[in-house]
Amino acid sequence: MRVLVSPAALCAFGFVAALAAVMQYSLRAYVPGSLEPGGFTLANFAALMKPLYARVFLDTVWICFLTAFFTLVVGYPLAYALVHARSVALKSALLVITVTPLFLGEVVRTYSWIVVLGNNGFVNSMLLKSGLIDQPVQLMFTRFGVVTALVHVTLPVMVIMLAAALSHIDRDYERAAASLGAGPVRAFLTVTLPLSTPGIIAGVTTAFAWTFSAFATPQLIGGGRVNMVSNLVYQLGFASFNFPFAASLSVAGLALTFAVLALLRVASRPLERFGPY
Amino acid sequence: MPPLLSRRLLRLLGGVTVTAILGFLLLPALVVTLAAFNGKAILSFPPETWSWRWFAKAIEYQDFQAGFRNGLIVTGWASSIALVVGAAFALALERYDFRFKRALETVLLSPLVVPHFTVGLGFLILAAQLGWARGYAVIVACHVVLVLPFVLRSVYISLRNLDPRLELAAASLGAPPLRVLITVTLPLLLPGLVSGWLFAAILSFNEFTASLFVTAQSTQTLPVALYNYVREYADPSMAAISVMYIVVTATLLTFANVFLGLAKVLNVEHPR
Repeated sequence: MRVLVSPAALCAFGFVAALAAVMQYSLRAYVPGSLEPGGFTLANFAALMKPLYARVFLDTVWICFLTAFFTLVVGYPLAYALVHARSVALKSALLVITVTPLFLGEVVRTYSWIVVLGNNGFVNSMLLKSGLIDQPVQLMFTRFGVVTALVHVTLPVMVIMLAAALSHIDRDYERAAASLGAGPVRAFLTVTLPLSTPGIIAGVTTAFAWTFSAFATPQLIGGGRVNMVSNLVYQLGFASFNFPFAASLSVAGLALTFAVLALLRVASRPLERFGPY
Repeated sequence: MPPLLSRRLLRLLGGVTVTAILGFLLLPALVVTLAAFNGKAILSFPPETWSWRWFAKAIEYQDFQAGFRNGLIVTGWASSIALVVGAAFALALERYDFRFKRALETVLLSPLVVPHFTVGLGFLILAAQLGWARGYAVIVACHVVLVLPFVLRSVYISLRNLDPRLELAAASLGAPPLRVLITVTLPLLLPGLVSGWLFAAILSFNEFTASLFVTAQSTQTLPVALYNYVREYADPSMAAISVMYIVVTATLLTFANVFLGLAKVLNVEHPR
């Protein structure tokens, strides 16, 4: 028993120690020109209130919400098709296509989107060739570009979570609705959709957290014009070596993530009783 | 509208929607493949000339080679450690009650929602305070924590699907607990263990944000090397690397699907 648990406990301890290190640093003073932090202070958290940083926080939350929402809208039909596919071959193909991007890593996927969205990238080349536009549309360095790429990055997780919920719904419920005279649309809206609520909540929550964690996508596609908390943390750490302030931003980000996740959970509680559990 | 016709229309609409979504999912991969075979250094669609030279350039690039080697070292250690630690803990979680069970589970699953830049920053500060240089140990520790939830989940799901009567049968025939574990439980768990290890390995090899914080110039892993390249250069070498990535990953996952049943591992199949 102890043999099974203690290695895991050691890992948990390491993780907690790392988070504690961030917390501790967030309360230390920044000594310009030195990597060593100074004494304890609350100055870092006071500085977070500056409009510049508050704006980045608001922007980040807004981007996370947009991404989570669009990922849900795009992911639901795909998850439904995945679960309801009749042939094994189609199901396998859908599954591999859906899951592969998850494992490619953020850099490769972001680079691919640069090639798609850039001024002489795929979309603009096609639009120019077709004569629909005569000047490239600015897609890079815009919030639209960042959210598009982020939706692509988060889609696999969303689909897996929705498909897990959808696949555990007893098909007899839909059949019962149909036999009572409900058409396919009504059966879906009144039976399947409410029963999949736990999957929707899990998916949206994870999409939000993953988007908050994204770094390469806003960094490369946002190009400094769309900034998220992650980019700020990195700049403060590695461009100005202000690790205490970077740490306090991380702590605030962490608090915000958990607050939003808790809020999502509370807000979705009235919906949850429709779930199958 | 007669019901049959409306039903058909609905199916058609569903088919079109799903095809469009698949198009969105596949678009970047297709476009990057076109870009990788572009003969010129400047992107153009469709390419005017075709060439393999960016693949040769990417493979010969020193930083990518070093990144690949470093990545293999980190991934080899991190995924194997995570497999052993995760499988043991999943077993304990399924079978036994112990103190702080829920708390430990929550902490070990929380890297799923804690931003990677926070985890990376944490390990960086921790390493600095402990006086460790930014060597492999810190990177491996960081990766173990990050991939552990995936191993836990995949082993835990296969444990839940395992028929306990098989173990009882072995025990009733006189096999001591360790023998039951080695001859019955572990072989039955093999698909979960292999896929857990595979997930951990692929995720660790591709982990970027936390790695950016904890690696140094001499220990940078492939994604970090790729990121630095994208920031400096715009030639299609990166597209060539991306194509190799996509082909290898899709092959590994198809293999995993055929031999291990991805649907079962990911829990997206109706249990029955």
